[in-house]
Amino acid sequence: MSLRSPIGRVTGLGTAKEGVGHWWSQRVTSVALLLLGLWFVASLLRMPNFGHELVTTWIAMPLNAVLLLLLIGTLVYHSQLGVQVVVEDYVHHHGLKIATMLLLTFTHVVVAALAIFAVLRIAFGGGA
Amino acid sequence: MDSTSTRRRPLSPFLTVYRWQYTMALSILHRVTGCALSVGLLLFVYWLVAAATGSAAYETAQSFFAHPLLRILLVGFSFAFFYHLLNGVRHLTWDTGHGMERKSARLSGWIVFLGAIACTALFWFLVLRGHGGGAA
Repeated sequence: MSLRSPIGRVTGLGTAKEGVGHWWSQRVTSVALLLLGLWFVASLLRMPNFGHELVTTWIAMPLNAVLLLLLIGTLVYHSQLGVQVVVEDYVHHHGLKIATMLLLTFTHVVVAALAIFAVLRIAFGGGA
Repeated sequence: MDSTSTRRRPLSPFLTVYRWQYTMALSILHRVTGCALSVGLLLFVYWLVAAATGSAAYETAQSFFAHPLLRILLVGFSFAFFYHLLNGVRHLTWDTGHGMERKSARLSGWIVFLGAIACTALFWFLVLRGHGGGAA
């Protein structure tokens, strides 16, 4: 007996072959964020002040700059995966769902681009 | 013929049919704090962009973050961070198949919730003591 729905049989579509991809990415980024997040909080607490010069000098250090870039990338990716699940759960209108996801995806990409550029500019000393 | 794709099929039970338990509240709180942190990401990026723009823009950002309303918000975000982090570890543990029995799930729930409050309190205690820029 086939367990496929009539519409599935007619269109002949199989699985998207993505399976647990979304779920797995969420776990992998969460483990990375556990480490990067604790590093960032510890770094904040070790700063004697949050003045401009001290903060930019700290960001410009190679290890800090690279870890910050990794933190930004992982954070944005994890956030995107998370809000996607929330939208899929609560936005039931198909068009509205696509529009919301588009808006959220664009926002996440803009946020990532801004943050990465900011760190690189400080790291390479471009005027800041 | 009654097509299986058009027939009204039973839905999985939703929130409204369950008796309220605090583990449910903790589960919802994980999602709420996750969404809050996505919004908090915007503040984090504003801080970075201000630092990259220059000292004048950074000073504007500093006075923005010094506003009492923002301070309260930052305390909220720090709680969201610690709760989501600790409860995330709880979820990862469940993914390995451990700790899902009612007793241990309830116990870990309490540990995570009180742990998040303790971490938030410790973080701001250290900040006020002069770590991480002091009260500035």
